[in-house]
Amino acid sequence: MMGNDAVVWPADLPNSYIGRAVPRANLARLTQGRGEYVSDLQLPRMLHVVFLRSPYAHAEIVSIDVSAAAGMPGVARIVTGAEMAGHCTPWVGVLSHLKGLKSAPQHALAVDRVHWQGEPVVAILAASRAQAEDAAEHILVEYRELPAQVDMFEAAAPDARPIHPELGDNIAFERRLDAGDVDAAAAASDHILSRRFVFARHTGVTLEARATIAEWNRAEQRLTVHMGSQAPHMIQNIVARHLNLSEAQIRVITHDVGGSFGIKVHIYPDDMAVCALARMTGRPVKFVADRIESFTSDIHARDHVLDGRIGVRNDGTITFFEIDDITGIGPFSVYPRTSAVEANQVVNLTGGQYAVPNYRARTRVVFLNKTPTCQYRAVGHPIACSATEGLVDLAARAIGMDPVEIRRRNLIRDDGYPCSAPSGIRFEALSHHAALDKLLAMMDLPALRADQAAARTRGVYRGLGLASFIEITNPGPAFYGVGGARISSQDGASVKLDASGCITVASSITEQGQGSAAIIAQVTATAIGVKLESVRVILGDTDTTPYGGGTWASRGAGIGAEAAFQAGRALRENILKLAATILQSAPENLDIHLGVVVDKLTNTERLTLAELARIAYFRPDTLPQDFQSELMATRHFVPREYGFAFTNGIQASYLEVDTETGFIRLLKHWVVEDCGQPINPLLVDEQVRGGVVQGLGAALFERCHYDGQGQMINANMADYLVPMAGEMPDIEVAHVISPTRESAIGAKGAGEAGTAGAAACVANAVNDALAPLGVVITEIPLSPEVVLRALHGG
Amino acid sequence: MKAPAFGYLRPASLAEALALLQSHPDAKLLAGGQSLLPALNLRLSQPSHLIDIGRLAELCGISVQQGRLRIAALTRHAELQASPLIAQAAPLLHAAIQHVAHPAIRSRGTIGGSLANADPAAELPACALALQARIDVLGPGGARSIQACDFFTGLFETALGSDEILAAVEIDTPCEGAVFGFQELARRSGDYAIVGLAAAGRVEGGALAELRLAYFSVGATAILATNAAACLLGTAADPASLSRAEAALAQDLDPPDDLQASSATRLHLARVLLRRVVSSMMPQQRLAA
Ligand SMILES: Cc1cc2nc3c(=O)[nH]c(=O)nc-3n(C[C@H](O)[C@H](O)[C@H](O)COP(=O)(O)OP(=O)(O)OC[C@H]3O[C@@H](n4cnc5c(N)ncnc54)[C@H](O)[C@@H]3O)c2cc1C
Repeated sequence: MMGNDAVVWPADLPNSYIGRAVPRANLARLTQGRGEYVSDLQLPRMLHVVFLRSPYAHAEIVSIDVSAAAGMPGVARIVTGAEMAGHCTPWVGVLSHLKGLKSAPQHALAVDRVHWQGEPVVAILAASRAQAEDAAEHILVEYRELPAQVDMFEAAAPDARPIHPELGDNIAFERRLDAGDVDAAAAASDHILSRRFVFARHTGVTLEARATIAEWNRAEQRLTVHMGSQAPHMIQNIVARHLNLSEAQIRVITHDVGGSFGIKVHIYPDDMAVCALARMTGRPVKFVADRIESFTSDIHARDHVLDGRIGVRNDGTITFFEIDDITGIGPFSVYPRTSAVEANQVVNLTGGQYAVPNYRARTRVVFLNKTPTCQYRAVGHPIACSATEGLVDLAARAIGMDPVEIRRRNLIRDDGYPCSAPSGIRFEALSHHAALDKLLAMMDLPALRADQAAARTRGVYRGLGLASFIEITNPGPAFYGVGGARISSQDGASVKLDASGCITVASSITEQGQGSAAIIAQVTATAIGVKLESVRVILGDTDTTPYGGGTWASRGAGIGAEAAFQAGRALRENILKLAATILQSAPENLDIHLGVVVDKLTNTERLTLAELARIAYFRPDTLPQDFQSELMATRHFVPREYGFAFTNGIQASYLEVDTETGFIRLLKHWVVEDCGQPINPLLVDEQVRGGVVQGLGAALFERCHYDGQGQMINANMADYLVPMAGEMPDIEVAHVISPTRESAIGAKGAGEAGTAGAAACVANAVNDALAPLGVVITEIPLSPEVVLRALHGG
Repeated sequence: MKAPAFGYLRPASLAEALALLQSHPDAKLLAGGQSLLPALNLRLSQPSHLIDIGRLAELCGISVQQGRLRIAALTRHAELQASPLIAQAAPLLHAAIQHVAHPAIRSRGTIGGSLANADPAAELPACALALQARIDVLGPGGARSIQACDFFTGLFETALGSDEILAAVEIDTPCEGAVFGFQELARRSGDYAIVGLAAAGRVEGGALAELRLAYFSVGATAILATNAAACLLGTAADPASLSRAEAALAQDLDPPDDLQASSATRLHLARVLLRRVVSSMMPQQRLAA
């Protein structure tokens, strides 16, 4: 049901754009090389900045000698941390609702100490990037190396030397939770299983690296920041605050953005330096991260070790979950979203799919001299899901129960909503059992089990793994706002009818390739009653869009699109009022179909929007004197009743393990997910598939390798293995639809569902494959080395 | 990162290229650029000039003359892959080239560049060893030929003089009973392998009369596993002989540790490949498969 030709069918009601797989309008531009990314921009008098970064994980800066570099060709200015500190104030990445979270002041350029390999130390501005790199080679920085904390357990030990002596220790944050009665539940269990789960540190490799251009207009006293950010209003606020400007003096424009995954929802020290440098030099300053510096300056994520415990009775009842989680972040908690959120999510989410009231958890967030970690696609979810689903499979095996059956018995019943998990998170309406049923129908389980058995007779080890999951979407202020961060949880849209009868909608959400613009156009066209092609979408400019949060945490469709829908409805009402005045009818007797005002009863055409706009804009003299048309409407939206709209789903993986080589071949992957009302099923499916692929990357390939000195030793695309098409299985996607009642559209988020459960079901499938050999592996990535070690010891 | 500044020279003939190489001692030859340009961008190499030999017709072409296959240096990986002549006269190269990088890189990268670059993880140097290739070189003093086993002298090092140009590779076309095998273990298709094996041999009366096992990604250069091969000569690669060969492999290989695999894992994987590749080369096994 491709939409374009369907649009002209008279029988096609305008509201049909919601839930329809129409192709997105920006595709032609982006696929024909007509996109405009920050790295494409060339401004007059522009300087290029290169950052000399710390080669050490931890060192004192003894001296910096820039004299040789300063005179090199093209060099305009060289700025050290000491000078920068006078132009950009430091920040501390804490949130008040994460009780006890602490961090130390962080500067745009390191002042007297460097805390991780990759921390920016000196900014070199030159006429070209190549010249700045040439000059960077001639800057002499003398360091006195300090011992680095590179192991989370050692850093967390009570006698460990603190990275920031003033903080007392390296524990940035600790949270404990005890719900129900775990001890009593343990006593009443027939089996208790314990297991350590290990999650490597990895990062989100965006196709377009981070890029920022800042330009200071002396006459206007205004800074324009071109940055491919997911959250331009957040950037506006932070840059204003640390450059001592007002928000009105800052404009942030995102342009096209080549992928984000959370990497671009933060502000980085180098970005902050670029803004300050533009003001200091009075010239536009451009920074484009190269791949190598991306690996040590973009945020990392995960890096958790979780000890999990589960109790089960012989009838399959799960009695409790217990986790003790620890994670190694960087030397600072990242500003402003903090580096404690992932661990906090692990505590919130673990076991949340199951009706198990007894739950005990602890997490510790530990400073390390490594690249800072922060929110990356599916924050905390893969850890919680892998631990939960890994433990459930262990429990099933202990009592000899089928993995499907144990889930049926324990997943929260579909008629059991609304309800809360023991961690306090609240569910409006989930569909675990419907999703499970749909999954089983899709994958033909008996046939797979037969294939698996036949393969085993040939000495081939195939396995099947399941992972049900919950996903946090549509976050309200509970995420950041209540903790004191000025990150908007509401979003807005302004919808306007232009003089030719076309619609322009400006929304505060942003697009990084996932189709935000497409869904805004779909809901706006639907709300007003116009053709999709007559809607133009404006995103990513703080001067021209309403104030809002942007695109992150799977909130664009559920919050941003709802605001656009409400604005479209408001404009529709205004249009009908005007039409009724022109036509001497009543608004309730009129309707808008595909850009034409019609009689509601007879559907006969009365007035095109072009004609209506002509009258409103050029011949208002023909309208009654007491009537003023308003052909622009703005609405904002944030869900009120639930802090988050939880979604759910289940994934399955079928794979083959080569027990001689340790290689894993993914044969097939299935996902059933419930994001409420999908606005564009094509985009939802691709979000789910893309999310699965990133989850599979974590499961099999991605890992930031550090040596004992805190050096990242695979900071390049040859050695850091991202998932590639050749190794990906077919991914079948289906949906259950449980709309949220908090909005008119009923959409929840879908961007992180794939990532949440992919690694968990792959690990379960590997363990299913290796079950005849008595081997269980709960470490990702599942590299050949890890698999062989488990199989052969050593 | 950006490459440091360099001069660019594009000779119109091989003779001019040789002259330029002599007059610019800090220059580097540029063929497909698929190894050299990344090295420049990483500032691992800072040549004064690049001498682009990419358009020299004298260095192009695949031909067979008197039972010898001649592959000129500028033959792109993609040409090698698509050539029916290669498929027929050098099945090992045909099998190996599919594993080299990705289509975009194969359409630029050249066999001469790959051999001259001597990456220990590269497929083509190992094939050259297994096939007993002869490498034809031109220098100020004229032409000379180097046997593959003498060509790869160390990590990214060859017997090629700094004023010489690799002109072509020559190998014998397959004789009666010739057998080949190629497999590699790479995390992702197109990646450099964790371990790979290019093998060539001859089967006579159901037994291996000749066998060369060229491993790559196991040391500073591609390595001929002569001890392991000796265990299999005269046998039909029966399980007992294969086990002996696997054991003997420890005398041939002492692989390094790296991010992908420990030394012990590499040796283990080399043994797995030994069994799989040699078995695939035996006619009766191929029938069974
Ligand atoms: C992402 C990526 C993945 C890759 N994966 C693989 C892989 O899996 N396996 C693999 O084998 N290779 C791989 N390669 C390397 C690729 O095969 C290169 O093409 C090859 O190694 C070099 O060939 P070239 O023609 O590009 O040489 P260039 O890069 O132009 O030159 C390489 C070196 O050889 C010298 N040289 C080139 N030609 C001659 C000549 N005729 N005489 C003397 N010296 C010469 C140059 O001076 C230079 O020092 C990969 C490359 C990339 C970028």
